[in-house]
Amino acid sequence: MPMPIPISTPPLLEARGLTKFYGDRLGCRDVSFDIREGEVLAIVGESGSGKSTLLSLLSGQLPASAGEVLYRTRAGEIRDLAALSEAERRFLFRTDWGFVHQDAARGLRMGVSAGGNVGERLMAVGARSYGAIRAKAEDWLDRVEIDPTRIDEPPTAYSGGMRQRLQIARNLVTAPRLVFMDEPTGGLDVSVQARLLDLVRRLVADMGLAVIVVTHDLAVARLLSHRIMVMKQGRVIEEGLTDRVLDDPRAAYTQLLVSSILQP
Amino acid sequence: MTHSDPVLSVEGVAKSFVMHLRGGLTIPVVGDVAFTVAAGECVVLGGPSGAGKSSILKMVWGNYGIDRGAIRVRSADRLVDVATATPREILGLRRTTMGYVSQFLRAVPRVATLDVVMEPALAQGLAETEARARAQGLLTRLNVPERLWTLPPATFSGGEQQRVNIARGLIADVDLLLLDEPTASLDAANRAVVVDLIEAKKAAGVAMLGIFHDGDVRDRVATRIVDVSAFAVREIAA
Repeated sequence: MPMPIPISTPPLLEARGLTKFYGDRLGCRDVSFDIREGEVLAIVGESGSGKSTLLSLLSGQLPASAGEVLYRTRAGEIRDLAALSEAERRFLFRTDWGFVHQDAARGLRMGVSAGGNVGERLMAVGARSYGAIRAKAEDWLDRVEIDPTRIDEPPTAYSGGMRQRLQIARNLVTAPRLVFMDEPTGGLDVSVQARLLDLVRRLVADMGLAVIVVTHDLAVARLLSHRIMVMKQGRVIEEGLTDRVLDDPRAAYTQLLVSSILQP
Repeated sequence: MTHSDPVLSVEGVAKSFVMHLRGGLTIPVVGDVAFTVAAGECVVLGGPSGAGKSSILKMVWGNYGIDRGAIRVRSADRLVDVATATPREILGLRRTTMGYVSQFLRAVPRVATLDVVMEPALAQGLAETEARARAQGLLTRLNVPERLWTLPPATFSGGEQQRVNIARGLIADVDLLLLDEPTASLDAANRAVVVDLIEAKKAAGVAMLGIFHDGDVRDRVATRIVDVSAFAVREIAA
């Protein structure tokens, strides 16, 4: 497991009392936490528990009904996400953040070559030299264990596991500080999942990333995360150190989740 | 704070498991646990199986929560109460101050033995070459054959896994070591190696809290024995 950076560093992202209603229906309620570089937070819960809503709020893709998300920019300023202009938010998304979707097709441009998918993010941060962009794309394909000679093929020619690794390369090429992951291993074969998890674990540790990963798979949470928040019906019902939550679950629902898997 | 202050102080700790899926059945583990461990001491938890010895180690490690009491660990110049510490503080303690040799190795899958062993030393900021040398030294001393070092320990025998676990637990420089039956599945020769390693840590001033069922090993390493059955919960919760 990657090791977090020292406690003295101020939070990179802080959520305070985040609440979302869709009309009368609760999306999530009163969620507060903070995360620093080098830390991996897993948000676990079943479908409909509010974890995807929370991810959308945290990444500024959905306005909150109440509460706020504060983010420390590279310039060291603490900004309220809701107060960012659309251009600023887009810039964050293209440069300082990554978002790894469960469905790689949502995170990739399926009609563009693998090299183009990776290079596009680089161009968004100002890279202009074709040779340098291509060299960096090749390097990243190699880092995510994709044969660089396949750089000119579109993701449609790739397997599911390769697409997911390409999505990770596209996200990490700009050296973001915060990466959101939504069920990154969902829908993959078990052996493919294992390889992807090993890769993510290594990259997160090497790059000192902050990661907020939404998963219903407690094995993924155990392998990747330092902390867990368990959500049910829009609320955080238990949170803590990952091994404490999984080995000594307190809430009835967490006990149910833990007891429902073969080997937590 | 003086040097004779305990490294670990367990004060009035109670622990039970509430099984919500069994109608809220409460299983008491221990009530009112109190003891201290000073630098250079090896305190051995005694008492019958099921008395809560392993649970006490897990509580100190922050792996089990507690219902009541305090578990104070001296870390640099301050005391951290594991019972109320944030996850971040507990991870900090585990990196800088505490080591744990669990009963069974629970390593990240698919990671080579040498890397499993080196990790706590690297996390403390030791240079890779130094960490590697230490890991190789410990694995050699613990008779883990070199041909196994590049393999993940998942397929090793129980005794080999336990020796990998011991190497991992002892590689970093910590003030407090938690040892849960480190010699349980070892032969006499390897047991003797572990006893020597424990004695060396003791001499270096490390505070240790351990469980040893093997009477010979216990007699050799124990500074004191704390009988856990004295902390048994007498009245069963309704």
